[in-house]
Amino acid sequence: MSDEVGKIKIGLEVHCQLTSLATKLFCSSPADYRERPPNTNICPVCIGTPGSLPALNRKAVYYATMVALALNFKLSDRMLFFRKNYFYPDMSKNFQITQYDRAGGVPFATDGYIHLDSGKKIRLGRMQLEEDPAKLSYDGTIDSSTKTFVDYNRAGVALIEIVTEPDLKSPREAREFLNKLTSIVEHLGVSDLGLEGSVRCDANISLAGGRRVEVKNISSFKEVERALSFEMTRQKSLTSKGISIAQETRHWDDVRRITISLRVKEEEQDYRYFPEADLVPVVLSKGFIKDVKSDMPELPKERERRFQQEYNLSGETAQVLVKEKGLADFFEDSAKYSKNAREAGSWLAVDLQAFLNEAGKELADLEITPKHIAELVDMVSNAEVSRGAAKTIFLEMLKTSKMPRSIAEEKGLKVIADSKFVEDVTEKVFKENPKAVQDAVKDEKAINFLLGQIMRATRGRVDPAVANRIVREKLSAVKSSE
Amino acid sequence: MVSRILETPVWEVVDSIAHEEVTAEEYTAATLERIKKVEPKVHAYIAVIEEPSLTKAREIDKKIKRNENTGRLAGLPIAIKDNICVKDVKTTCASRTLENFVAPYNATVIERILSEDGLIIGKTNLDEFAMGTSTEYSYFGPTRNPWDTSRVPGGSSGGSAAAVAGFEASLALGSDTGGSVRSPASFCSIVGLKPTYGAVSRYGLVSFANSLEQIGPFARDVRSCALLMDCIDGYDARDSTSSNRVLGQFTDCFDESTSGLRIGVPREFFEEGVQEAVLKTVWGVIHRLEELGLKYKETSLPMIKYALPAYYIIAMSEASSNLARYDGLRYGFRVPDRSLNWNDVFSKNRRQGFGAEVRRRIMLGTYALSAGYFDQYYLKAQKIRTLIKRNFDAAFKKFDILLAPSMPVLPFRMGERLKDPLALYMCDIDTVPANLAGIPSISIPGGVYQGLPVGVQVMAPPFREDILFRAGQLIEESTKIDKTVGEFTYV
Repeated sequence: MSDEVGKIKIGLEVHCQLTSLATKLFCSSPADYRERPPNTNICPVCIGTPGSLPALNRKAVYYATMVALALNFKLSDRMLFFRKNYFYPDMSKNFQITQYDRAGGVPFATDGYIHLDSGKKIRLGRMQLEEDPAKLSYDGTIDSSTKTFVDYNRAGVALIEIVTEPDLKSPREAREFLNKLTSIVEHLGVSDLGLEGSVRCDANISLAGGRRVEVKNISSFKEVERALSFEMTRQKSLTSKGISIAQETRHWDDVRRITISLRVKEEEQDYRYFPEADLVPVVLSKGFIKDVKSDMPELPKERERRFQQEYNLSGETAQVLVKEKGLADFFEDSAKYSKNAREAGSWLAVDLQAFLNEAGKELADLEITPKHIAELVDMVSNAEVSRGAAKTIFLEMLKTSKMPRSIAEEKGLKVIADSKFVEDVTEKVFKENPKAVQDAVKDEKAINFLLGQIMRATRGRVDPAVANRIVREKLSAVKSSE
Repeated sequence: MVSRILETPVWEVVDSIAHEEVTAEEYTAATLERIKKVEPKVHAYIAVIEEPSLTKAREIDKKIKRNENTGRLAGLPIAIKDNICVKDVKTTCASRTLENFVAPYNATVIERILSEDGLIIGKTNLDEFAMGTSTEYSYFGPTRNPWDTSRVPGGSSGGSAAAVAGFEASLALGSDTGGSVRSPASFCSIVGLKPTYGAVSRYGLVSFANSLEQIGPFARDVRSCALLMDCIDGYDARDSTSSNRVLGQFTDCFDESTSGLRIGVPREFFEEGVQEAVLKTVWGVIHRLEELGLKYKETSLPMIKYALPAYYIIAMSEASSNLARYDGLRYGFRVPDRSLNWNDVFSKNRRQGFGAEVRRRIMLGTYALSAGYFDQYYLKAQKIRTLIKRNFDAAFKKFDILLAPSMPVLPFRMGERLKDPLALYMCDIDTVPANLAGIPSISIPGGVYQGLPVGVQVMAPPFREDILFRAGQLIEESTKIDKTVGEFTYV
């Protein structure tokens, strides 16, 4: 396995909308275009009406600066926009306003990086700010449709593009990288990546000695690992048959879960990049950058450290919790309502993750609240339920969203600390197991069998401490009577 | 006979209307009357806005009667070049592709004119997408020079200039990318200003070459030109290139003295292909200024000899991108054939929607921006542009204004230069430097040679339009050209 892994090179191009902006990148149309009738969220600027001019959304520059700083990028001292010229029906002006790193242009930022959990550094070549094109849809599928519909509601929404170096060595690493990136972006509060279409990814993948294949149309991070795995297998099986891999662009079909060839041996398209004279260069002053820095919210790495100190979490638990901002927030709320934050952390980082993985769900799909977790944690801490019972309650809670205490009552899972009841049960167990009683009198270790029988008889509802005390009392009574 | 009121300087007419010596309605009606008479011979307009203008004029009269405040342009019929958007009115750019395009919004300059109670009397003819120097490249047919209808009015804002020169409008707006205001101002013997890049908002001006062009005012006299400039200039958040510098009231600048104004005469503007009649007239103006006590000195801006090719490379490159949006998908001309794929549809729409000159410039611009040619054309042209700016910076350390011909030639005959695009491009040789440098430049009537107007061009440092107006008024007073001279204006 490790041998194969070393041979793959993956580079990603991630496009992420700045969904927290109120307006589009170059006009005052709302940035929130979702669920509106087609072509109603538009203005002369974003549909390229003759005579209209772009005006830069300053807040977008502010957000992009935040992202760049959080990803350890070096910011360019001034911001320039370029036109990328090409004809396509989703382009209102038949050019895209973007940034460029040649011909006198500078990207928004260069040379960033993200560390994976293993400590491995993934280099980020550049980051740029650009406008989203319109959305095309078809009558049926892309190859059979005789009509193309254009919806400009999305046209002009602010996008940041982040390009990695080919440092990723496996689909799994790609997935981990994207999770880290997502968590950082979400912690910054610049984008809600849970929104449909808010994030898109193109991947370049090549085997050692092979040509580079670009996979487009990966519309969610979850799909990335799948698409890359498919592509890796495809390339390997071709190579093993002695067929050389063509340099091409492939399309990820997320229904059939395969990649299809779009353009073989693509001739280098000439985008005729040149400066966008309608926008003046923006200088990112030291004062501005200082302001952004001082406004930066807590990032996942810092939060992980704080979780360990403030809530006494293990490093591992803290690391799992900050992988998703939603989970980390959920944890902090749970910790607020409960007496034992460490316990809450463990439920969320271990038991909840196991459930989600198995069910193929996300936290957001569940209807439980931090109060559910807090109540369960407190029940265990107060010895109201045994640990075993708590697991049963936990799973039931995730499925039904009922509060843990009412589940415990319904199912009769509450711990019984009533001595009289425990004594009666012990009496019965002693009668049924005379041999074990004799053993236990001689050998301390044999007590566990008796305790186990008591638990079994009560389906784990007896407070273990109470049972232990009563068994020992009774044993010493037996001993002295002999 | 041009009615007396039409011959009154426009800045005085505003007062007459305000003091109820003449009503806005009468003045507008007189203008419309004049348009009816003159248009068949001149064809300055693509569309005349008749009834709405009269209605607006009546409203202004009512306002005046009620003693309400009125704007600085109250009751003046103003003609607008048809590449500037006026809400709910067709903005054709004299192109087939926009033949039926109705602008959904007002350009910033239009908002400002309307807020000063100006009347939009019509949309004027131009070379398609402002690409030309003679107003012959219009989908709707050419405009003729009111001084001699066998000749061109200059261009590309030929319709606006002809409308003002022929008393078909009080004032007009044009756009100047490489001389398109100054060229027709010169050929039609009126005043035309290309403002400093960034002085007037371009929002609503259909882009041809966006790093070069500005909207500029036309008038029959300098003071009226300053009045219109006062009303349209200033910062606009919708145009990122507009300057937030506070510009003074240019109508107030005439009180200041012009004595001691240092005049530079840049040799390069008097060289290649400048006709004898033009040289004589321009030097005549220089000598009259000298008689008035001003000093001039000849000087040299050596990089100017590369200005024309640099200009055409930059303008065509930008045009190839700016005009890419005319694919017929969202608006504009569309071939009826529905069976084609989008690529073929785009190609056909563009081939049939654009005229030959526009297609030529798009092709050349696309070529200049292409990989392998970009460095040797576009980037080199930008370098020359920087050097030209430096030449001007240096010159303006020594001089307050630079004086030169506006056009190297007299108004030429219709069709004379259509067969040779290069000969037509050569006409821009003296106007393009100001666009490349972003400096303000004005064309003032300098004289009439055998019945044909010659304009004098005055250039100043950025945002010093005030000096241009003062110098312009001095030239105006010293030449005393009778604006009603010529067989045409007596019609």
